[in-house]
Amino acid sequence: MINWVALKTIVRKECVRIFRIWPQTLLPPAITMSLYFVIFGHVIGSRIGLVEGYNYIQFIAPGLVMMTVILNAYANVSASFFSAKFTHSVQELMVAPVSEWTILLGYTLGGVIRGLVVGAVVMVVASFFTHVPIQHFFSMLVILLISAWLFSLAGFFNALFANTFDDISIIPNFVLTPLTYLGGVFYSIQALPPAWQVVAHFNPILYLMNGFRYGMLGVADVSPWIGLSISIGASIFFAVLCYVLLKRGKGLRT
Amino acid sequence: MNQALTIENLVKVYQSGKTALKGINLSIAEGDFFALLGPNGAGKSTLIGIVSSLVTKTSGSVRVFGHSIDDDVLKAKQLIGIVPQEFNFNIFNKTIDVVVTQAGYYGVPYRQAKEQAEDCLQQLGLWEKRNDVVRALSGGMKRRLMIARSLVHKPKLLILDEPTAGVDIELRRSLWVYLEKLNEQGLTILLTTHYLEEVEILCKNVAIIDNGEILVEKSVHSLLGDLTGETLILDVDSILPEAPKLEHFSCRLISPDSLEVDLQEHQTVNDLFQTLDAAGIRILSLRNKFNRLEELFIRLTGHTVEDTP
Repeated sequence: MINWVALKTIVRKECVRIFRIWPQTLLPPAITMSLYFVIFGHVIGSRIGLVEGYNYIQFIAPGLVMMTVILNAYANVSASFFSAKFTHSVQELMVAPVSEWTILLGYTLGGVIRGLVVGAVVMVVASFFTHVPIQHFFSMLVILLISAWLFSLAGFFNALFANTFDDISIIPNFVLTPLTYLGGVFYSIQALPPAWQVVAHFNPILYLMNGFRYGMLGVADVSPWIGLSISIGASIFFAVLCYVLLKRGKGLRT
Repeated sequence: MNQALTIENLVKVYQSGKTALKGINLSIAEGDFFALLGPNGAGKSTLIGIVSSLVTKTSGSVRVFGHSIDDDVLKAKQLIGIVPQEFNFNIFNKTIDVVVTQAGYYGVPYRQAKEQAEDCLQQLGLWEKRNDVVRALSGGMKRRLMIARSLVHKPKLLILDEPTAGVDIELRRSLWVYLEKLNEQGLTILLTTHYLEEVEILCKNVAIIDNGEILVEKSVHSLLGDLTGETLILDVDSILPEAPKLEHFSCRLISPDSLEVDLQEHQTVNDLFQTLDAAGIRILSLRNKFNRLEELFIRLTGHTVEDTP
């Protein structure tokens, strides 16, 4: 059961937080991505030529947007929910008549919103460097939304288990970032040797990245439908898992 | 009369194996001002934690105005306002936002939440601080903010876990007045405290808990009636060389101008005054040597409320 007023309250609280600490949430992706576009797009990209029919800077734009969305959605929820645990302010929610689904949806919507806002910031940054085509807007939006929600859920899962601030930085630093870089942000997996192409197919982020690239550029190394199916399936899995853990009070109740 | 809180056979065994509650039975009537007294580690906070869903019970049942926390937890929670022992704010939030957000969690729409938050902050003298971040508030202000936050959704049962701990005397007394007013307006209050004076002044009924068990549950008046005597300290207007011999009273000289006198259950202060008057001793002031409730508490538990077993 969803308590709609409580849901709006959690989402509003999360949005206030995102915009209050904008130098931590919105500014870094803009600066980092500008550097990516300058260095990889202009300096190196000008020597690479066309990739699957697009300038290199256009080719990497969808990957950079998706990478930003994934990392920010994850970081938002893991940091916000863990901070609430750390300061015990999560008790404000736990004593209130707010269902587990409401809590989960509220926090993950906060992650989705931050993912979308920073994604939009990166798109704007990209537009300063090149023309950003959008071939399949609806597909792009759907895969973006579901990916943001999936990684928000994963961030929530991380926060439930986290006991220290180190625990919420391990996964983004040592798992998500490498998988994102290896998921085809900067290259088409067609460029990899055959054996590495097989390995690359085990990286779930490859499918999300290519699904989004299909939405923007109309080209992809793998079927966008696989990306969509994986993100929907994984989202349902994490949503149910987080709900069960929340219901049991994992990391929250003694 | 309706029961605000009914607890039956409540047991809590922590994962460490420690049994915090050993089958607690407790009943608090609607409109009551009920005190839960016990030393540190007695199980008070565990009990309150279970009622407010912060602690998972091992077995037993808890009903809030008839709503079980097992089957009807959202309705039960809706009726409770809780003031925890420790500050549990996001210290970077504004004072007003803490209260408005809490109202939102209880389903109060934003505009109405702002009105109710203003009302609560005004009553607790925090309205001028509404735009200050919580970390800038003093300890006493934070304590008042916790009370404002707990009342913003208009609960029927207010649970306060040592609300006046570490609070200066002036603020403590103003909180007493405020809590008394709330109780007079019909709010049921469950209070845990280390200040036995607080219980004697504020509460109608009391339960004493120790080692996870309720030792006694009765009205404060009836509990004080169980006292078999008390010790008074009297300041006299003359210098006494030795303790006077008073008929029927045990008397000790604790300084040249003050006496300590034991008053038995059947004796009154009037009896004592008459005896002292007959002995030519004039009294300047009088006070209890011990808090009367504290004497009972020590007798029942074997240690003081400040002790940690």
